[in-house]
Amino acid sequence: MDAQVVTMGVRHIGGDVAVVDIKGEVTAACEPVLMSAYEEAGGPGTSRLVLNFAGLEYMNSGGIGMLVTLLVRANRQRQQLAAYGLSDHYREIFELTRLDEAITIYDDEASALVGAAT
Amino acid sequence: MTEATGPERVRSAEQIELSVREAAAGVAPRNDAGRWAAKVDRLDVVQRDGVRGTNVAGRRLTGPVQGFGKMWQKTYRLTVGTAVTPEQAITTWKAHFPEFWPAGNRFAGALTGISPGDVALLDLAIGGGVKLSTGVFVLYADEEAFTLMTPQGHMFAGWITFSAERAGDTTTVQAQVLMRANDPLYEIAMTLGGHRKEDKFWVATLTALSQRLGVPDPKVETRSICVDSKRQWRHSSNVWHNSMVRSVLQTLAAPITGLGHLMRGSKRGMKSQPNG
Repeated sequence: MDAQVVTMGVRHIGGDVAVVDIKGEVTAACEPVLMSAYEEAGGPGTSRLVLNFAGLEYMNSGGIGMLVTLLVRANRQRQQLAAYGLSDHYREIFELTRLDEAITIYDDEASALVGAAT
Repeated sequence: MTEATGPERVRSAEQIELSVREAAAGVAPRNDAGRWAAKVDRLDVVQRDGVRGTNVAGRRLTGPVQGFGKMWQKTYRLTVGTAVTPEQAITTWKAHFPEFWPAGNRFAGALTGISPGDVALLDLAIGGGVKLSTGVFVLYADEEAFTLMTPQGHMFAGWITFSAERAGDTTTVQAQVLMRANDPLYEIAMTLGGHRKEDKFWVATLTALSQRLGVPDPKVETRSICVDSKRQWRHSSNVWHNSMVRSVLQTLAAPITGLGHLMRGSKRGMKSQPNG
């Protein structure tokens, strides 16, 4: 398999919300990058983690599996997981795999952050 | 079986903005359109010869999020050498998928092989002459991997990804299951030998594949990690769809059902006889 291209930047918003900006390809091979981002974002003060998929270019089934692993880690820390920026194609994949039942999907960052406040 | 709390990976914050390969390197972006199945709410089934084909039509798909039991990631891996490319391995696997299954189990898929959106019907040997009738949905397929997802009532909720990759000159093939037992009954069954049986199943499958690929002495490496040791009790009602229970009941009821069909058939035959 090709080496993947992905960057994941972390932004802390307020004291308890962190946004992970995902750019590039999400496959099983980028798990170390995602988990590093999680280490940075999901500290003890974080109650909600928001994944920004606006820069997502490619995702395979290994990528979906990796998101499930992230979900388990977040649940273990009692952190909510949300997402925004998904194209119609990727939103359908979340719905097909029923990942949307555990990761709340928002249309944009403002909604995702408002969701954080509710 | 290894039970761990999940993969722990520690990296410095500086590594977070990590680009494994620079996008600016001029590599064309990959496109996953057409590799994923179109969204379905419930499964449609085309009946196929040689399998009972029950417990699939109208069922919803279930991922690890919807399952009941502990979450496991089970990986079965095999080196197939230098002569076979990942694409060749996956092409062979897709084209002959049912042939690699252990005896007594049947996979009835589309004649065209494995394509996104296909629904395959399964009869699985569970002992005592009973076949567990269930199915799988082809969630994703490309040149180097394909993924099957399970419906309600299957032993586990999750997916199995079959893939091949090249490291140096050597190609490795892999089956990786990410799953939770679908309901409390299956969780008990998995604990009481189900996991061992599943391991044997996939080891046998990979061994058969490797023999087809010309590997002289295949050795399958097995690794199981408990990703989440918590059970999801809110999904215990999945037991309603349990295909094992339903298959047993369907097997017991088969003589009565058959008699019913016979009687209805003979009535129709009598009605259609011309009056003398």
